[in-house]
Amino acid sequence: MLLIPCPWCGPRDEIEFHCGGQSHLARPEPWHAVDDATWGDYLFTRDNPKGLHLERWSHAAGCRRWFNVARDTVSHHILATYRMGEPVPEALQRELAAAAPRGAS
Amino acid sequence: MTRYNAWSLLKQGFAGQRGWTAAWRSPEPKSRYDVVIVGGGGHGLATAYYLAKNHGVRNVALLEKGWLGGGNTGRNTTIVRSNYYYPQSAALYDFSLRLYEGLARELNYNIMLSQRGVVNVLHSRHDMEGAARWVGAMNANGIDAELLTPRQVQERVPLLDVSPRARYPVWGGFEQRRGGTARHDAVAWGYARAASALGVDIIQGCELQGFRREGNGRVTAVETSRGTIAADAFGMAVAGHSTVVAAMGGFRLPVSSYALQAFVTEPLKPVLDTVMLSFGTGMYISQSDKGGLVIGGGLDHYLSYAQRGNMPVIRHVLGAVADQLPALGRVRLARQWAGIVDVVHDSSPILGETPVPGLFINCGWGTGGFKAIPVGGWMLAHHIATGRPHDIAAPFALSRFLSGALIDEAAASGIPH
Amino acid sequence: MSALRLPSGGEVDRARPLRFRFDGRDLRGFAGDTLASALLANGVRVMGRSFKYHRPRGLLAAGVEEPNALVQVGEGALSTPNLRATEVELYDGLVARAVNCWPSARLDVGALLRPLERFIPAGFYYKSLMWPDWHWFEGAIRRAAGLGRVAGVPDPSRYESRYAHCDVLVVGAGPAGLEAAVEAAARGERVLLCEQEPRIGGCLLWERREVTGPVLDGEAARDWIAARLAQLQACPDVQVATRTTALGHFDHGALTLVERVAEHLGPQAPAQLPRQRLWQVRAGRVVLATGALERPLVFPGNDRPGVMLATGVRRYLGEFAVRAGERVVIFTNNDAAYATAAVLRASGGAVVAIVDTRTTPGDASLALAAAADARVLRGAAIVATHGDPALRAVTVRDATGRRERLEADLLAMSGGFSPTAHLFSQAGGTLQWDAASLQFRPAGGAASVTAVGDAAGVETPIEPCWRVEAPGKAFVDFQNDVTVDDVELAAREGFVSIEHLKRYTTLGMAPDQGKTANVNGLALLGSMTGREPGQVGATRHRFPYTPVALGAIAGRRRGELFHPVRRLPLHDWHAAHGAAFDEYGGWMRPAQYPRPGESRVAAEQREALAVRDGVGLFDASPLGKIEVVGPDAAAFLDRIYANAMSTVQVGRLRYGLMLSELGVVIDDGVAARLADDRFLVGTTSGGAARIAAMLEEWLQCEWTGLRVLVAPVTTRTAVLTLTGPAARRVLETVGTDFPLAADAFPHMTFREGAVGGVPARVFRVSFTGELSYEINVPNSAAAGLWQQLMDAGAAHGITPVGIEAWMLLRTEKGYLHVGADTDGTTAPDDIGWGHVLRRDVDFVGRRSLTRPENRRADRHQLVGLEPLDGAALPVGSHLRSTAAQRGSEGYVTSSGFSPTLQRWVALAMLRAGRARHGETVTVLHGAQPLRARVTAPGSYDPQGERLRG
Ligand SMILES: Cc1cc2nc3c(=O)[nH]c(=O)nc-3n(C[C@H](O)[C@H](O)[C@H](O)COP(=O)(O)OP(=O)(O)OC[C@H]3O[C@@H](n4cnc5c(N)ncnc54)[C@H](O)[C@@H]3O)c2cc1C
Ligand SMILES: [Zn+2]
Repeated sequence: MLLIPCPWCGPRDEIEFHCGGQSHLARPEPWHAVDDATWGDYLFTRDNPKGLHLERWSHAAGCRRWFNVARDTVSHHILATYRMGEPVPEALQRELAAAAPRGAS
Repeated sequence: MTRYNAWSLLKQGFAGQRGWTAAWRSPEPKSRYDVVIVGGGGHGLATAYYLAKNHGVRNVALLEKGWLGGGNTGRNTTIVRSNYYYPQSAALYDFSLRLYEGLARELNYNIMLSQRGVVNVLHSRHDMEGAARWVGAMNANGIDAELLTPRQVQERVPLLDVSPRARYPVWGGFEQRRGGTARHDAVAWGYARAASALGVDIIQGCELQGFRREGNGRVTAVETSRGTIAADAFGMAVAGHSTVVAAMGGFRLPVSSYALQAFVTEPLKPVLDTVMLSFGTGMYISQSDKGGLVIGGGLDHYLSYAQRGNMPVIRHVLGAVADQLPALGRVRLARQWAGIVDVVHDSSPILGETPVPGLFINCGWGTGGFKAIPVGGWMLAHHIATGRPHDIAAPFALSRFLSGALIDEAAASGIPH
Repeated sequence: MSALRLPSGGEVDRARPLRFRFDGRDLRGFAGDTLASALLANGVRVMGRSFKYHRPRGLLAAGVEEPNALVQVGEGALSTPNLRATEVELYDGLVARAVNCWPSARLDVGALLRPLERFIPAGFYYKSLMWPDWHWFEGAIRRAAGLGRVAGVPDPSRYESRYAHCDVLVVGAGPAGLEAAVEAAARGERVLLCEQEPRIGGCLLWERREVTGPVLDGEAARDWIAARLAQLQACPDVQVATRTTALGHFDHGALTLVERVAEHLGPQAPAQLPRQRLWQVRAGRVVLATGALERPLVFPGNDRPGVMLATGVRRYLGEFAVRAGERVVIFTNNDAAYATAAVLRASGGAVVAIVDTRTTPGDASLALAAAADARVLRGAAIVATHGDPALRAVTVRDATGRRERLEADLLAMSGGFSPTAHLFSQAGGTLQWDAASLQFRPAGGAASVTAVGDAAGVETPIEPCWRVEAPGKAFVDFQNDVTVDDVELAAREGFVSIEHLKRYTTLGMAPDQGKTANVNGLALLGSMTGREPGQVGATRHRFPYTPVALGAIAGRRRGELFHPVRRLPLHDWHAAHGAAFDEYGGWMRPAQYPRPGESRVAAEQREALAVRDGVGLFDASPLGKIEVVGPDAAAFLDRIYANAMSTVQVGRLRYGLMLSELGVVIDDGVAARLADDRFLVGTTSGGAARIAAMLEEWLQCEWTGLRVLVAPVTTRTAVLTLTGPAARRVLETVGTDFPLAADAFPHMTFREGAVGGVPARVFRVSFTGELSYEINVPNSAAAGLWQQLMDAGAAHGITPVGIEAWMLLRTEKGYLHVGADTDGTTAPDDIGWGHVLRRDVDFVGRRSLTRPENRRADRHQLVGLEPLDGAALPVGSHLRSTAAQRGSEGYVTSSGFSPTLQRWVALAMLRAGRARHGETVTVLHGAQPLRARVTAPGSYDPQGERLRG
C-alpha cells in the first residue's frame, strides 16, 4: 500500500488518493487543426514505461488537489512529488532521458 | 512423441514412469527461421502451433524470456466464455470457445475444459435491463445465454446471500452454460508439446532485446539474450510487456499495464459448481478441481510491472466474498498473486499489423485473454502466413484508435475474468 | 499408549484439565496445550489422511509449518475447516475431526484406492481422462478432492480491523526478537512486537539456547524472557501483540497482521470480543526475528506417523511436556539434531541410535550422543520405515551398505534449516543460496527489512543429503503428496524450471505454500539437472504467510458497511409512508409507495396517473448540484458542455449535455445562472460525484489559467419536486413570496424566495412533461415543507411518486435518461443533438465528433416505438427489419405501460433510426417476435403545452 507524500498535506495512505494516469499531457489544439492520428494518440496512447513514470494523482479524500508523482512502476518507489504546473525536477529529467527507448536500428 | 492415454499411463505405471520423454524439445536457437514469435504465453504458443498446423510453416522459433506460461497465462483465473455483446467480439470469442471444446483431443493434452456455466448475478433493475440487452444480443448473434430468476441463481450458487437484507440484493442473473474454466498450465504446455512435435523450436530463457531493421524499416532480425535471430516475419504476444517491446521497435501502443490479482483458498469439499460473478462488486469466484476457491476482481489502481498487488483491492475483493457468500467467512485464503495485464481503452484486443513492417502483434487482451488463446493464436498465425488479416480479426486492428471504431465491451466485460 | 505426558515441566497448566473430542473419541488435555500436543499426549498418532493418496499421516511438526494434521474444528455454524492441529489452542469442550477421510483418520475408505498409487503420478490427469470426455471424470475427481467442509450457513463470528503505526515492527518474540525490541525501545522508538504463538519466548520455551552469554535453560530462560517482557512493558511506546501473525509485507512499509483475539476461547468466548482482528501496520522498518523452519529428510516411508521433525520433537517435549515416543531413532545430516538425543534421554526416553548421513559429526555432538547412550551410525541412512499405521521400526543402511532393522516408535529427523524469510522475500528482498550452510539467506534488496537470529541463517555443521536412494515412496511435499519420483518425472519431461516443477507436480502449491517442501524440492530438481539449488532459484514468497480467514480480511466491512448506502433527508417519512426502497446510484430511494395489498407495478401506474391527472410529489434530492463560480465560470462551462452556457441569462435555466473527450454523452442536466459569475450545474444523481471531480481535474490540470471555483453542493439541499397540472395551485396554497403565474415565473427560469415560509430556490423545469416545480430547500427544512405540500395537495389528490413512476412519465414524454437510453458509445447526434456540431468553439469531446466513426450514416439513433401487437416491448429486446435477418439493428432502451395512453410506450436505439420513422420493425422477445412502428421519441403531449402551462 503506497504512502504518498501529498505536496499540500504530507504523507498519506494510498486509499485517500485517486490516480489519474500520465501527467504533463498536452491537449492538442485548436480542435479543427488536429488530425485523426494526433487526436487518437491524445485519447488513447499513454506512456507505459517499465520504470520511472510521471503521473498525476488527486488527493481525493483529502485536500482534493491534483499533483504530480514520479513513481517507479516496478518497485513502486516514489522518487518525488511536485505541484501541478511545476516542471519535472531536474534529477528526474536526466533519468528520463537515460531511459528513453532505443529507436529503430 | 508418446501419445498420452490411459493405456500409456498404465504401461508406465508398471515401468515406474521411466519411459516418458520431454514434453517439448528445448533446442539451441538457430540463426535464422521463417517466423519468430516472441512471448511464450498461451497466445504466442498457439500462434506457433497454428502456423505449423494450419499453414505448414514449421521453421518457427518461439522465444520466451522466462519459462513457458510464466506470464498471465499461468496466473489467471481460467474462466472461458463467449458472452460478449458486439458481433465482432462474439465472433472472436465464440470461435475461441469452439476451438477450446475440441482442444484436449486435438492437442492430446487434457486441458480440463469444464463447462460448468458462468453465472452473472444482477443486483438492480438497471442490471436486469442491461443483462436483457446483453442476452438478447448474444442470442441475436447465435450464442447461448439465458436470463435466470433469483431462484435459479440461488440453485446455481447455494451459498449466495439472496435475502432482501443483502447489501447487494439478488434480482436475477444470466448464464452462459458453455462457459466455465480450463486448466491454464495445460493449455500452455499442450500447445507447446504439439507445436514442438510439428517442428517449432521452443526456446525458453531467451529475451528479446531489440530489432534489426533494414532501410525501408522492415524488421529482419531480433537481438536476444541468446544471440541474433533472423526471420522473414515476426509476431509478438507479450501481454503486459507490449509497450516495452514496441519501444524497442520505435513505436507506441495504446496499452497500459496494470496488476490484476487473483486469490485461492484452502481446498474444500465441493461447495460451488459454476463460475459466479457479481455485477455489484466485480468479484468472481469458482471452485477448482482441487477444491480451492479461485477468486478475482478488479484491477489495481495504477500502472505496475510488479507482479504483486496491494491491500486495498485485496480487501475489496475478499470482503465482497465474505459479504455476498457469508458462509465463506471462516474459509481461509491460501495464496494471492498478480499478473501484469495489457489494458486497452475499449477492452478489446489489438490484432494485426504494427507500424513496423514485418512485425505483427497480438495484445490488449487485458483481464480476459485466457479464453481467447486459441483464437488469438489462430488469427496471428493467419495474418503472418497469408499476409492478410482473417475476417474475424480485421475489426481489431490498431487503426481503430484513429477512426474511433472502438469495440467497447466495457459494458460487456468491464469486470475482469 | 506410546507417547507420554511428563509429570512436570512445560508450559501446560496441570491444574486445569480440559476435555475435548477428536474423531468421536473423548480425550483430555491441559490448558496451554495445542490440539496437536494434547492428541500426542493421548497417544493419537494418525491425525489425518493425505490429500491425494489417502495415506495415514501424523504430526510432522509442532508449529505453523505442520503439513499433515489438518482438522475441522467446532460444530454447527462455527465449524472451521483445514486448521492445523498445531495452531489450535485447546479449550474445554473442543470438538475436532480429521479432514479428508471417512469415517475417521484411522479407518478411511478413501485409502482403498492406495493400490492405484503407481498409476497416478504427478500430472497423470494431463495425460488421461480425455476420452470420451473430461466431463465424465471431473465430478468424481472433484468429490474426491478438497479437504475440509464449509458449514453452509453464514459465519456468525465478528471480525475487526485496526491501523497502527510504528518505527519498528519486530516480527517474532523469540530471543532475537526480544533483544531487538528491547534495543529499539531503549532508543525511544515506537515498537510493535508481534508473535504468532500465544506465548512470548519462541524457542527459548523449549530449547537450550545461548542468547548473549550463558546457555539458558528451564527457569533461567523463563527469567530471561520475563525480564525482557518487563522492560518492554515499562516503555509507553511499545506494544506486544501475541497470537498475531505477520502475513504480508506490501509497498512502503505496509504490513498486514492477523490477531486471533477470541478464537482460542472457543464457543465460550465473551461476545464482545471479535474472533480475529486484522492489523494494517505502517512501519518505518521491520526486524524479522521469525526463526527458521526445519526441513525433513527425503527417504522412503518418511511420511509414516511417528516420523517427525527433530525440532518438533524437542518442542513437544520442552513446551508441552509430551514425549512423542519411547524408543527413538534420530536421522540427520547436521549437528543440530543431536540436541534431541540429549533432551529425550534426560526426560527418560531411550535413544536407540543416531543415524547421521555424514561421516564426521562434530565433537560436541558426539559428546551429546554419548551422554544420551545413543549409538551413532555414520555415513548411514534410513531406507525404510515399518509399522501400520504408525511407526514401529526403521531399516538403516550403514556406510558399508549393510541393513539393520531398529525397533522404534519415533523417528526424529533433520535435513537442515530454512530461515523464515517469507516477509523479506515479499518485501522484494533476494534470498541467496549459501552452499556451505545449505540454506537460502536473506541477502539485500529490501532496505527496510533486516533479519536477525535464525531468520538470518542457522549456523550448524551440515552436509547435503537431498534424498536417500532406495526403493519406495519418499515424500517431498507432504501436504500435496509429492514424491521424489514425481520430481524425477518432472525433470524427465522437461519441467525443469522451478515454477514448472511446482505447477506440474503441485509441489509447494498446498495451503502451507511448501514451508517444509520447497527447498528440498528445488535442491532435488537441481541434483537431477546438474544445477546447484542457487541456480534453480527459489520461488517468490506470497501473501499470506499462513492462511487467513476471508472474514478477517473483510473485517466489519460486510453488509451495509461493505459499501455504505446514502439515505435521503426524508428517508424516515418515505419509510413511514410505505415506500419500497431500492438502491439507485448509491442512494436508497423510494421506487414506489405501494399501498397495502397493492403490487409494485400497480403502485407505479397509480402514481404516474396521479401526476397526469392531478399532482405528485417526488423526492429528487440526489440530483447532482455543483456551484461553479468565478470570473471565468461561463467560459469554463462553454468548454464543459456541448452546448453554450455563456448565453444563458441570469435567472434562467438551460438544459445541457456533457461529453467525454471521446465525444460520448456522459451526463445531462439543467444549469442555472445565479449571477454573471455564478452557475449552479445540475447533473444526474449518479453523475454528481464524477462530474464534480471531472470539473476539478480540468481546472487543476489543463485550464489552470481559468479563475473558477467548483463546489459540489448536492447534499446541502433537499429537492422536492411538485409535478402535475395542479402543481401551481398546491404551491399557491402553501404560499410563496414571489408570483407563480406562468408569465411571471415561466418555464426554464428559477426564483429564490420563501415557500411555505421556508427559504427556497425553485426551478421551473420538467422531467415529466407536466407543470413542475423543483423546490430546493435546506435539508433541515425538508420534512416540514414536504408535509405542508402534502397537506396543501390533499384536495388535489397529491400522491408521493417513486422513481419508477418518474421514469415511466419521462419515457412517455420521450425524455432521455443518460445511462439507460445512452451507453458508452452514444454521441450527441445519436440522440438528436447534432446541432452542437455547428458550434465552432472547442469543448470537451468536440474533436472526437469529427472522426470517421462519428460520421457514419448507420449509427444507432434514438427513436420511439409504438407496439403494433399491443404487447410489451421489454427493455433490452433487440430490433430487426425482419425476423429472418441475423444480428441486431437496435434495442429497446426504455419502456413501460402508459396508464394515460393505455398502451406500451418505448424508446429505442436503432441504426439510422431518425430516417426510419414510420417503418415497421421486428422486436425479438420470447418465442414470438413482435412488431412495432418507429416514431419520434415521445408519445405524450408532443407539443409540450402542458409543461409550459
Ligand atoms: C489474475 C489474472 C486473472 C485472469 N483471469 C482471466 C480469466 O479468468 N479468463 C481469461 O480469459 N483471462 C484472464 N486473464 C487474462 C489472461 O491471463 C491473459 O489475457 C492471457 O493469459 C494473455 O496471454 P498472453 O499469451 O498474451 O500473455 P502472457 O501469458 O503474459 O505471455 C506473454 C509472455 O511474453 C513473455 N515476454 C515478455 N517480454 C518478453 C521479451 N522481451 N522477450 C521474450 N519474451 C517476453 C513473458 O515472459 C510472457 O511469458 C487473467 C489475468 C490475470 C493476471
Ligand atoms: Zn493533500
